[in-house]
Amino acid sequence: MIITNIETVPGKTIVEHFGLVSGSTIRAKHIGRDIMASLKNLVGGELKGYTQLLQESRNQAIDRMTEHARQMGANAIVNVRFSTSSIAQGAAELYAYGTAVRVR
Amino acid sequence: MYDLLIFLTLIAAGYSVGTLLEKRHYRSIHKREKAFLYLPAVTMKTVDYPEEKIRSAELVYGSVVISIDYFKKILAGLRNIFGGTVKSYESLVDRARREALLRMKEMAGDATVIVNVRIETSTISRKANQEGVGCLEAIAYGTALTLEK
Repeated sequence: MIITNIETVPGKTIVEHFGLVSGSTIRAKHIGRDIMASLKNLVGGELKGYTQLLQESRNQAIDRMTEHARQMGANAIVNVRFSTSSIAQGAAELYAYGTAVRVR
Repeated sequence: MYDLLIFLTLIAAGYSVGTLLEKRHYRSIHKREKAFLYLPAVTMKTVDYPEEKIRSAELVYGSVVISIDYFKKILAGLRNIFGGTVKSYESLVDRARREALLRMKEMAGDATVIVNVRIETSTISRKANQEGVGCLEAIAYGTALTLEK
């Protein structure tokens, strides 16, 4: 599966469009991480627990999107976009969407 | 009395450790930005390379969550009263975006160029100056193109 965030796959031609595919996930970290994050908030700096949380969720969202595209019979996804929104304290929704195409 | 003491301790801890961490982070950002000069990240959708020479195209992304320290949070709160540039938040978003770009480049590995780079920021907890963890997430993503040598 080729994934790009431009309208084409360079070096290949699009032969068929399948339409929008998307994947989303909502994840939360256990309370220990939340407590660590609020402690880290006193001195500032990177919150590794949350970075990891978002990274894992984003990978899962991409996996779900890829799975969706595969079911349609596509072999590439173009024009992919990400969006993040917070549902509640410590939980985040990650959403990835794009256009499934077949390239040759 | 004790409340004031705790408050002052938190400010002092936030100021000293926070400043140290920020300086260290900036040093590491400068160093890695120099090391990644060979890999340009552009916001254009196409670059002037012959199409048939492009070997692969791949989505790359990097993200980071950075929080503000207690001292700067108080400083920004004061700034809110008088208005003007909130310098303490400027350095926070600057660090977050540059770190996200660097992580995106790290993911790209030995690619030649990254096209159509997008940078987004979002808060993952409640609003930064309310109760709760004041932090923001920056994500950078783009398409890494690898050319044939």
